[in-house]
Amino acid sequence: MENLMTVEHLKKYFPVLGGVLRKKVADVRAVDDVSFQIYAGECFGVVGESGCGKTTLGKTLIRLLSPNAGHIFYKIPQEVADAIRALEKDNPKSRSLKYLLREYDHAYISGSRLRKLRRHLQIVYQDPTTSLDPRMLVKDIVSEPVVSQGLIRGSGVIERVLETLQMVGMGEKHLYRYPHEFSGGQRQRIAVARAIITKPEFIILDEPTSSVDVSVRAQLLNMFQDLQRDLGLTYMFISHDLSVVECISDRVAVMYLGKIVEQAKTEEIYKNPMHPYAQALFNSIPIPDPTRRRERAPLSGEPPSPVNPPSGCRFHPRCSLATNTCEHEEPPLVDVGNEHYVACYALSK
Amino acid sequence: MEEESVVQIKDLYLNFYTYDGVVKALDGISFGIRKGEILGLVGETGSGKSVTSLSVLSIVVPPGRLQKGQIDINIKGKTYDILSLNDATLARVRGKYISMIFQEPRAALNPVYTVGDQISEVYFHHRKAELLDNTIAQLREDLKKASGLRRTIRKADLSLFEKMKNNPKSVSLRLYMKIPLLNRFQNRIKTEARKMIVQILKSLNIPDPARVIDMYPHELSGGMAQRAVIAMSLACNPMMLIADEPTTSLDVTVQAQILLLIKDLQKKIHTSILYVTHDLGVVAETCDRVVVLYAGNVAEIANVFDLYKKPLHPYTQALLESIPRPGHKFVSIRGIVPSLVDPPKGCRFYDRCDYTQEKCLNVEPQLVEVEKDHFVACHLHYGGS
Repeated sequence: MENLMTVEHLKKYFPVLGGVLRKKVADVRAVDDVSFQIYAGECFGVVGESGCGKTTLGKTLIRLLSPNAGHIFYKIPQEVADAIRALEKDNPKSRSLKYLLREYDHAYISGSRLRKLRRHLQIVYQDPTTSLDPRMLVKDIVSEPVVSQGLIRGSGVIERVLETLQMVGMGEKHLYRYPHEFSGGQRQRIAVARAIITKPEFIILDEPTSSVDVSVRAQLLNMFQDLQRDLGLTYMFISHDLSVVECISDRVAVMYLGKIVEQAKTEEIYKNPMHPYAQALFNSIPIPDPTRRRERAPLSGEPPSPVNPPSGCRFHPRCSLATNTCEHEEPPLVDVGNEHYVACYALSK
Repeated sequence: MEEESVVQIKDLYLNFYTYDGVVKALDGISFGIRKGEILGLVGETGSGKSVTSLSVLSIVVPPGRLQKGQIDINIKGKTYDILSLNDATLARVRGKYISMIFQEPRAALNPVYTVGDQISEVYFHHRKAELLDNTIAQLREDLKKASGLRRTIRKADLSLFEKMKNNPKSVSLRLYMKIPLLNRFQNRIKTEARKMIVQILKSLNIPDPARVIDMYPHELSGGMAQRAVIAMSLACNPMMLIADEPTTSLDVTVQAQILLLIKDLQKKIHTSILYVTHDLGVVAETCDRVVVLYAGNVAEIANVFDLYKKPLHPYTQALLESIPRPGHKFVSIRGIVPSLVDPPKGCRFYDRCDYTQEKCLNVEPQLVEVEKDHFVACHLHYGGS
C-alpha cells in the first residue's frame, strides 16, 4: 500500500507552570517518542484509556498543535525524507537541514504553506454540541472551511454546501437552521460535512460516536465507511470503544501514557494481543453474551500521571511480567513478525 | 412475584411540561425488583430510564410531574408507597434503605468538601446512634486510663455524649455546642466516623484510605471518585441500590474494576441493584434480569440468558443486532424515536418495526407473560403464537 504519512519520534510536551514567576517546572509528556506509518486509504485505529495522549497525537498530526520534536512526512518524496534523516544524523545544525525541514517536514511547516495544507487534513471532534457554533446557521458552519480557504467564491459556495450535506444524508431543508435544532446524530453529520467540504485526504475522527446512542452509532459508522470508499479518504480513528475500532479499522495501535505499546493489523491484535497492557485492555471489553461471562482479574490500579512517568517501561509498576530490565530501560517497538509491533522486554526475548 | 420483590413499580405515568408541549416521558411502566438480584434497565437516550430510576427515590424534578402510579417498597415486612410519603419520612428512607450511584462521579461530589466530610454526612444522618454508642464505649475505655484533670474532662465529655444519646434536645447540650472551645468535645464523634469511613474505603480496594479521606474530589481520578460515591451509597448497607450508568464516564479497564466491585459487594451485602445502562455488553456481564425500555414504555422483561438468546420484541432484536461485529456491516435501527409530545396511538415502535400488523397502528400492546418470566409488549406474541 502507498504510504501517506510517516511519523517519526514525535514528541509533544505541555509545560506545567508553577511558582510565583509561572516558570516551567515540569512537562506533561502527552506524546512521547511515537513512530508509525499511515497508508493511503486505510483506517488507522488508535485506542487507549483517557489521558494516554490519543487526542494530542491526532491534533499534532494535523498541526493544531506544534510538536516539540520529531518528524511528520506527509506525502513527500522518499529521497527528501532520507536526506533529512541523514543530515540529522551527521550535521544536525546545518542550514540545509533547517531549510529542508521548513519546506517539507509537516511538523515544521508554517505560515501560508501550512494554511494550504490544512484543507487536506481535517478533524471531526467528539462532541458536536461543543464543536459547532450555536450562533451560526448550518450553511455558514459547513461553508466556513471553503470560504476561509478561498476555494470557492460567490454562488458556488451554497451549491457545494448542498452537495456536501447530501453526501452525509442531509438536505436543503437543513441549510437555514441552527445546530440546536438537530439531534446528536444529525449534528455529528453536520460536523462531518464541514470536514469533507474541502475534499481532504486525511481525516482524524476523534471519538466521533461516543456521544450518540447505539442505534445512531451504527448509522454514523456506516456513513464513515461509505464516505471513505466514495471519496478515497484515509482515517485515523481515535476511540476508547474497542468494539467499534475492531469493526472499522484496518490497523490498530494501542497507546499507554504517551507511547505506542503495540501495533498490528486489527484481526491480529484482537485475536492475539501480546503486550500485557493490551491484553488487559482487550480482556476488559464486556462481551454482549451472558453465556460467555468470565471471572476475570481486571488490571489493578490506575495509569500513573504523565507528568512524572515511571522510568523504563511505563507499564512496569502494574505489570505482572516486569523484571529488573523493565524498570531501567525503555523497551523499543520491535517487529515480532506479520507487521505486529510490540514494545515489551518480556516478549522480545 | 409480588411478595418477593423489594420494590414494585406499578403503572407509573410521568409527564414533562415544557414549552413544546407535554412530553409523556413515562407511559404506564410496571416492573418489580426482586430481593438480591441485579436488574438491568436498558434503553436509549430519552427512553425514560433515568426518570424511572429517580422516581424510585421519589425524586421528580420540575418540569416533570407525576401523573399517577405507585412505587411500593418493602421495608422490614411492611409495604409503603414511596410516592406518597412526606419529605421527612423520605429523608429517612433515602440513603438508608434505597441509595443511588450517579453517572458522573465528579458532578455527584461536592467540590468544596473533602471526600471524608461527604461520606460522614451519611453516617451522621442515618447512623448517629451507632456512632454515639461507639464514641461512648471509646470514652469509657479512655476514662479508665486517665487521671487528674484529664479524667475530669473525659467525665464531662462522657456526660455530654450520654445526654446527646438520651436527650438530644437538652438545653445544656445545645449551650455547650454553641460555645467555642467547649464544643470541641464533638471532635470525638468525628474521629469515630472517620474510623468507619476508613473501613468502608478499605473494603472498596482504595489504596491508602487514610490519605484519600482528606482529599478533595478534584484530586481523585474518575475511578477513585466513583469508588468514593459507591462508599457513600453503601454506608448504610441499603436494601436497594440504584446505579445510573455508573461506568459510562470511565475507561474500560476501570469499568471492569468497578463492575467487579459492584458484583462482589452485591454478593456480600445481598442488596438488590437496579442497574441503568445503555451498554448491552455490561448488561450481559452483570445483570440477572433485564427490563428494556422504549420511548417511555416497557418493551420486554426477561432473564438475561433468555433475552440474549431469544429476544422477542422487535426493538430488542434490533438493539442486539446493532452491536458491532467484526466482518459485518453495522446494523442500525432505521428511523428515529417518536416524539413523546405526540406519541403514536398504537405501538410506539410502529414506524421502525419490520413486522407491523394492522392493529399495531391503533392498539397499544400490553405487557404479557409469553413464557415463564418472559414478558413482552408486542402484538406478534399474543395468544401463544
